[in-house]
Amino acid sequence: MLFGGVFSLMAVGLTLIFGVMRVVNFAHGDMMVWGMYLAWLMATRGGVDPYLGFVVCAAALFVLGFVVQRVLVQRIVDAPHEMQILLMLGVALVLENLALLLFGPEPQRVRSALAQSTVWLGPVFVDVARLIAFAVAVLLTLLLSLFLYRTDVGRSIRAAADNPYGALVIGTDVRRVYAVAFGVGAACVGAAGALVAPLLPFQPPMGLQLSVASFNIVIIGGMGSLLGAFVGGLIVAVAESLGAVFLKPSLKELVSFSLLVLILLFRPAGIFGRRAS
Amino acid sequence: MLPLVPSVFGSYAVTLFTLIFFYGFLGQAWNIVGGYAGQLSAGHAAFLGIGAYTAALLSVERGVTPWLGMFVGGALAAVLGTLIGFLGFRFGLRGFYFVLLTVAFAEICRIIVSNTEALGGAVGYYITFTGDPRQFQFQDARAYYYVALVMMLAVTGIVAWLERRRFGVYLSAIREDESACEALGVNTFRYKMLAMMLSSFLTGIGGAFYAFYLFSLQPASVFGIPLSVEIIIRAIVGGAGTVLGPILGSFILSPLAELARYYFAQGGWHGAHLVVYGLLLIAVVLFLPEGAYPRLARLFRR
Repeated sequence: MLFGGVFSLMAVGLTLIFGVMRVVNFAHGDMMVWGMYLAWLMATRGGVDPYLGFVVCAAALFVLGFVVQRVLVQRIVDAPHEMQILLMLGVALVLENLALLLFGPEPQRVRSALAQSTVWLGPVFVDVARLIAFAVAVLLTLLLSLFLYRTDVGRSIRAAADNPYGALVIGTDVRRVYAVAFGVGAACVGAAGALVAPLLPFQPPMGLQLSVASFNIVIIGGMGSLLGAFVGGLIVAVAESLGAVFLKPSLKELVSFSLLVLILLFRPAGIFGRRAS
Repeated sequence: MLPLVPSVFGSYAVTLFTLIFFYGFLGQAWNIVGGYAGQLSAGHAAFLGIGAYTAALLSVERGVTPWLGMFVGGALAAVLGTLIGFLGFRFGLRGFYFVLLTVAFAEICRIIVSNTEALGGAVGYYITFTGDPRQFQFQDARAYYYVALVMMLAVTGIVAWLERRRFGVYLSAIREDESACEALGVNTFRYKMLAMMLSSFLTGIGGAFYAFYLFSLQPASVFGIPLSVEIIIRAIVGGAGTVLGPILGSFILSPLAELARYYFAQGGWHGAHLVVYGLLLIAVVLFLPEGAYPRLARLFRR
């Protein structure tokens, strides 16, 4: 359940990118893995705790997202979906395997002083680290919605998402807004990566699974809906942990994939989404 | 020229060409639904996995020759293809949604097989080598070479034949503009279904070859997304929706993958060939969206 907050944060990043430019970021999970490795580098080389380091990870991933959008994605914003998917798949392959080249295939783990301690929270034992990850993830999601609804940049992002031509007409630099939105989306998933880095061992091939997991969440919640992504993250986390308890831990993904198929067929716009035109 | 390769070159070339033919076969089978009909399936590994496990189980547990088992595997793969196609096309899933549906089914297959003890679970299923040609096992690597070559030529022949028939024309028309097709009275659902069934059937047959060429099946690699990507990327780089595209793609990418795996992996450089794949994919989408083959064909025509 507490993983839900992190799931939500990663899905919020994906849905922001999709909502603004209708591009599915297939490299989303790989960006998360880079967030994990950056947290790992900072922790092992500089002794920075990931629960502080996540800010740097988010900033670094913002730059990565911004550049990827400017150099690659901008060229295919209006291309057919198939082409966009293939391009992002290419980006995903490059990111994942660069991580493999640089960091090797061995699973890594970040140590945080907080990961060892637990607290009583009402009737249950809770990891402090999990609790912090959850709280920070929720906080970041709230900050993001404040950013989108209360700042000028945020407003122009929403304007460009609603109607790119309209936004262009009133003088918004839509291309810049797109790049910022992609950067913010990547920053979300980078922070999510840093936050879970102390909680589970990670290795580069995880990127693909994480991407697929975030697609699941975003589809279940509703493509392009921030609230949907947030709630979707919680739903998937709860569904998977119920699946792990009632079926078998190795079968827990089966629950979310079955949920995905059902949603795709009967409610493709997701639980909170409006039907896409 | 190709039949002579084994007698001229060494055993490494035989392995390399066998893989080129095999992935060419898979790319071509994918091409029917992914290239011609334009329905981007990213779950073809599921069909390959079903074909592989079916042929292997029938042979090991029941003594049924894979020469027959491969068609049973193909038929079962086609059953899944029919189900995925029916759900996807009937519920009108397009673009990203269709991709995700196919991925979800492949992942569901992977998780189920990983959790089924009778199939070897996550550890995998192993076939003991007997070298009996009746059980699709050959002492001589050249036998696999010729089988793969025949398979690739056969499926390419089928695709070339279909392309000239009404069926192929309909598929291309569906790819270009589905609503216009429907307006003209083409039963697009029916033709997309047929394409999906044929494609999954052929990929299932490919699975039997995979099983008896490698003798070990792991759910993570047989049903995994990376395998689906390997299949798609060959067709896309070579030219999806053209008869020779997937074959050309396999001639470009399979040696690259093999050499990289051979040389880089020894130096501990894991994943180098996949970085190249990724860069190639990006380059193709940006600069050569129709693939290498159509461009080459135009160059030579001049």
